[in-house]
Amino acid sequence: MAKKATPKRPLAVDEARLRQQAIGAQLRQMFEEVVNEPVPTDFLDILRRADSGDADRD
Amino acid sequence: MAGPDTPTDEARDVEFRKALVGLIPQLRAFARTLAGDPTAADDLAQDAMMKAWDARLSFELGTNMKAWTFMILRNQFYSEKRRSWRQTQLDQEAAERTLVAVDDPASPVALDELRMGLGMLPAEQREALILVGAGGFAYEEAAEICGCAVGTVKSRVSRARRALQIILERGDYERDGKAAGEAMGSILAHAERLSGAR
Repeated sequence: MAKKATPKRPLAVDEARLRQQAIGAQLRQMFEEVVNEPVPTDFLDILRRADSGDADRD
Repeated sequence: MAGPDTPTDEARDVEFRKALVGLIPQLRAFARTLAGDPTAADDLAQDAMMKAWDARLSFELGTNMKAWTFMILRNQFYSEKRRSWRQTQLDQEAAERTLVAVDDPASPVALDELRMGLGMLPAEQREALILVGAGGFAYEEAAEICGCAVGTVKSRVSRARRALQIILERGDYERDGKAAGEAMGSILAHAERLSGAR
């Protein structure tokens, strides 16, 4: 497919903004997807171990 | 190393711990964008979490803990990266790691494309865009996290946005069985579905 140079019109500006908004929405979704994952239990285990005796570590 | 010599701070520890636990999902998400591979990312997030815990006395409760922990995570990532410099030197390699990480059939196409596009950006542009565009940080906070000037962050974010759009429009990456140039289309379609009819 050869889709060549879009003419410089206000439409093109709107289109670019739309594309940036779409990318932005996608970025947030990508991040949120991981945020919404359940936290693996070892995170809390490690923290609990550290909490109950800092002296034991390393 | 000195242990916690001040048991009177027990209540403070409890509060700190609660806040830190609440930030784990965010730390994991940020780590994933830096390290790509989910297992390596979780290792990184755990290391950062423990560094934050060890440094808890130096944190002023009530200030921006999210930015503080992100800064710790970022520093951790780059100090490890320096140690294994030869493995992570090229952004291309980071892009390949990202490719492996997105090989998940359940992941929507548009998201895969975005991850691949991100993988092609220079690391400093990628992290600036993630912090501001996905992490919800103000430019000033992102600058603090990255240890650079606000203007630098602004220009990195803007360059990242432009570059990403070009990458996605041109389909500047290779992926078997997938026509180049479809990326932007699937991202636009996905955004439309997300936002409903406009």
